[in-house]
Amino acid sequence: MQPNETISETPQAGFDPNSPVGTFVVALALCLVCSFVVSFAAVALKPLQEKNAKNKMMRNVLIAAGIWENGKHTDADIPQLFQNVSVILWDLPEGETTGSQNTTLNLDDYDQQKAVSTVEGSIAIPTDLDLAGIKKREKVSRVYIVRTADGGIDKLVLPVYGKGLWSTLYGFLAVDASTHESRGITFYKHAETPGLGGEVDNPKWKAHWADAKSPLQLRDAEGNVVLDVTKPGNANQPNEVDGLSGATITSNGVENTIRYWLGKNAFGPMLDQLASGTVPFTLPESGSADSAVDGVSNPEVATPTETATDESSSPTDDEASTPDAASAPANETTN
Amino acid sequence: MLQEHLSILFESVFSKNLALSFFLGMCTFLALSKNMKTAIGLGMAVVVVQGITVPVNNLIYQLLASFDLEFLGLISYIGTIAAMVQILEMFLDRYVPALYNQLGIFLPLITVNCAILGGSLLMIEQQMTFPQSVTYGVSSGLGWALALCALAGVREKLKYNDIPAGLRGLGITFITVGLMAMAFLAFAGIEI
Amino acid sequence: MASKAKDALFDPVFKRNPIALLVLGICSALAVTTVFDKAVVMAISVTVVTACSSALVSLIRNLIPNSIRIIVEMTVIASMVILVDQLLKAFLPGIADQLSVFVGLIITNCIVMGRAEGFALKNGPWLSFLDGIGNGLGYSVILLFLGAVREIFGSGTLTLPGLGPLTILPLTADGGFYVRNGLMLMPPSAFFLIGLFIWGLRTVYPNQVEKD
Repeated sequence: MQPNETISETPQAGFDPNSPVGTFVVALALCLVCSFVVSFAAVALKPLQEKNAKNKMMRNVLIAAGIWENGKHTDADIPQLFQNVSVILWDLPEGETTGSQNTTLNLDDYDQQKAVSTVEGSIAIPTDLDLAGIKKREKVSRVYIVRTADGGIDKLVLPVYGKGLWSTLYGFLAVDASTHESRGITFYKHAETPGLGGEVDNPKWKAHWADAKSPLQLRDAEGNVVLDVTKPGNANQPNEVDGLSGATITSNGVENTIRYWLGKNAFGPMLDQLASGTVPFTLPESGSADSAVDGVSNPEVATPTETATDESSSPTDDEASTPDAASAPANETTN
Repeated sequence: MLQEHLSILFESVFSKNLALSFFLGMCTFLALSKNMKTAIGLGMAVVVVQGITVPVNNLIYQLLASFDLEFLGLISYIGTIAAMVQILEMFLDRYVPALYNQLGIFLPLITVNCAILGGSLLMIEQQMTFPQSVTYGVSSGLGWALALCALAGVREKLKYNDIPAGLRGLGITFITVGLMAMAFLAFAGIEI
Repeated sequence: MASKAKDALFDPVFKRNPIALLVLGICSALAVTTVFDKAVVMAISVTVVTACSSALVSLIRNLIPNSIRIIVEMTVIASMVILVDQLLKAFLPGIADQLSVFVGLIITNCIVMGRAEGFALKNGPWLSFLDGIGNGLGYSVILLFLGAVREIFGSGTLTLPGLGPLTILPLTADGGFYVRNGLMLMPPSAFFLIGLFIWGLRTVYPNQVEKD
């Protein structure tokens, strides 16, 4: 890079970098060389960076759903683990509407995080409804649907975010499609106080959210969000979970985040319909779920998908479909 | 609307102070906090420069984002900062010589002050709109200036204390800043 | 020549430590030291950027017009930083996420700029490269010290790059004996630790004590 420049410049006899022309030439050459180097690196590394970002999202979906096991699975397993997960785009409620499946946007290209910062892709949340403290949200969200072995709907993994003490917490919540019990939670991005609010990452705490023996009730039969994050040690009802000690504001933030996202202005209406037996979206047949998987996976790594699909009794399929999978302790965020 | 700006102001001055909770601009922060007069001059210069560069970088970011060139962000922001500082310096020299005499020597220092670049980067990370970035720029500069003046006040008093030889100067300053940062932690979670 | 190279490389580690003596480049030193592996990656990034940008600036030092000297140095440094940032995002995405804006802030790290301006403009590329490595190492020493102390006493673990957290002091919450010191993970502890580090350094090298 720079050495080349030296070679190209030095042979010019009597070149004076301090003359006006010299200054201009050096500045121009430097700009060209630097912008070339930087752009080359950025363009060359972009596919890898995008793949990393995608893998991170998919990994966290799997973590929330209780499918991912730390230490056992690596990023290479993601396409196979995503076998039983279908992805759809969902128009979130807006004004009078209650939300419906989005068919206009392309699943591959839709950048949900970017949509929040654009005018077209987001709507402002009125202050009195803004439980999560996020001021605005995207109009269209991805919904990850974990399928049962026979193609039914086992649980939903929903992207959620809301304000804690220092920062906005971004995460995924797994909800049982019929009972609206929590099946797992994970946060992949936050800047809470390490050791206090930062304990939202703690596997022990996250295990409460994926406990199959005493499941955590998030919504009641009428569709009200009943989740209560209590003072530490006070949780004894099915709808209560212990808060984090020394982190009241973060704990309340998590509660309010979930209250908003499962409420009637976000995923609530969709969950109501699912509970009453109607499926408000169209899903690909189980076993031919490739299209949905391909939607979020990388074309290069899609090959193992085909071979694995034929054999619906592969170990990961069972793991994902049996309800016991939810009892596996939620893993620490690898990120 | 007003409330939103007030909360940005409060956050960036107190609970998310650039100097005391993000450690930005530490080099100049420690080097130029020996007396109050210099501290006030530098503080003012930072408020002015921050108030200009953060909104300008917001516009540049929006421009770059519309062409998908975010990776050029860093180099553009630092270029903008250097250019803005230079222009401000020439402008003040020509039209407000009194202020130039006061701020002049600090302006070049500010180009390499990480609080300025950091302010722009944090603004972009928080995805602010243009009006928000104006408030954020001015108030984060104010927060930094406040921390600087507070430290200068403490250091003026420290001169008369008997401090162990090895701790004199830099050592005790670090510990003082630590105590100040602890005090500022108490603002966490307060919202307007 | 050999001793000059040795001095360029090793002096900055303790004798002329950029952080402890020259108060340079502290900004980023503090925010990224809550976990050891973050500190390691940051230390390596800064060392690489300092060494390479010093060498490059030194290579073209006779071609740099005086009037735009600073901005030329800045452009070289910024390009290096963007390269490092892009590489981290591509190959170490987890750590790049945690370092967030602080990789970008290497640009304004006064060590990098200070070495380019103070050393590279007057010396050859090879010496400048060594000087850059040396100053990077001086910075790394403090960063690694902070990272290790803060993580061990704050979380009871030590996260080595690629190995995951190793338990050093078992926490009471997990049935061990150690009650975690939450302050270690908060910003103020970094200031206290640097203050104490400087005290220790100046006790060993009394000539670094400030006069006033």
